[in-house]
Amino acid sequence: MAMTVHCDIVSAEEEIFSGLIEFVSVTGSLGDLGIYPGHAPLLTELKPGPVELRKQGGEQDIFYVSGGFFEVQPHKISILADTALRAKDLSEAAAQEAQKHAEQAMADKSSELDYSRAAAQLAEATAQLRTLQQIRKKLGR
Amino acid sequence: MAVGKEIKTQIASIGSTRKITSAMEMVAASKMRKAQDRMQSSRPYARSIRGVIQHLAKSNPEYKHLYLQEREVKRVGFIVVSTDRGLCGGLNINAFKAALTEMKANSDKSIEVDVCALGSKAVTFFRNFGGNVVAAKTHLGDAPEVAELIGAVKVMLDAYDEGKLDRVYIVSNEFVNTMTQKPVVEQVLPLKAEDDDERLNHHWDYIYEPEAKELLNGLLVRYVESLVYQAVVENNACEQAARMLAMKNATDNAGNLIDELQMVYNKARQAAITQEISEIVGGAAAV
Repeated sequence: MAMTVHCDIVSAEEEIFSGLIEFVSVTGSLGDLGIYPGHAPLLTELKPGPVELRKQGGEQDIFYVSGGFFEVQPHKISILADTALRAKDLSEAAAQEAQKHAEQAMADKSSELDYSRAAAQLAEATAQLRTLQQIRKKLGR
Repeated sequence: MAVGKEIKTQIASIGSTRKITSAMEMVAASKMRKAQDRMQSSRPYARSIRGVIQHLAKSNPEYKHLYLQEREVKRVGFIVVSTDRGLCGGLNINAFKAALTEMKANSDKSIEVDVCALGSKAVTFFRNFGGNVVAAKTHLGDAPEVAELIGAVKVMLDAYDEGKLDRVYIVSNEFVNTMTQKPVVEQVLPLKAEDDDERLNHHWDYIYEPEAKELLNGLLVRYVESLVYQAVVENNACEQAARMLAMKNATDNAGNLIDELQMVYNKARQAAITQEISEIVGGAAAV
């Protein structure tokens, strides 16, 4: 049987996932990370993006987080998300809408605009779309 | 009949008080359920981030963050969480007492004390008491938001960063169950390692991505925010529970009082009637 490690995914609002996993991949601030059980201690910031789990027994699950922190201990993995969603709760239409909206806001130089906020929104919407694509590819849905 | 007019009025007035208190009890009961949900739903995050911080406190980092360093204590800060409204039994007073005991222990060692008061009861209390209130935030409402708290908490964190404060505590009520709320004083900064996890008792450090300094700043500030938020949300649930209980007692007491007064009234009326009859009989006999 494959090695497993306990993983918790929590957002400020609720506990999203808690259980044993065989593998997890997240979007760290310096790039994607894939973690197997028994990894050395690691601490990183998360960027908006998908969190992909392989649960005990090989079942796949994908979540979306909008940023936060990621801690790895050899015996425990914690994902502290700002907001986290089960990927099936993501709406492709809403994400595309948000992406378009953010792009427009950034292109529109004349208006008084909080550039960094629009950029953050764009990053989030893009990450949501990326999550959705990944689900389609992986799970064939 | 003029007998017991005052008693009658008093019964009526206690009766309307009872109506108010029983209404308040019901309002508190329904608010408590929501407050408890809120408390429950933010608990997993608070628990997880606390776990991470405990691990961090046990590590042997190459970069020792300010929040992880113990230094000589000259001045301490207390973040005191209280309610905005009264009529919730001894909830606030118990928390203030716990705070004062701790403050006295500090001032005996000639350590100065600053207070950050959350909730109007704490603000009034520590202003009257003569505490040095450096930050205050009131009217947080039933659904407090992290953004509202950050301002007041930042004052404490900045003071800590600048070295004006050497230790920060938070005082609030812990929600044990509906009947019991327990005041707790917890040290926020510097972080204390309490976790006795065998697996962590060796020399180790994290791999940091990106750099430790940047990362820890974000994480630790988030931790303190989460701690304070959790305390406020929990205190809110405590408030509603305590108020529900206090109002239930008040309603019961009002009921007892009305019964007693009714008894006194009836007796007085009976006495007046008896007296009148005996006067008539006496009068008739005299004729």
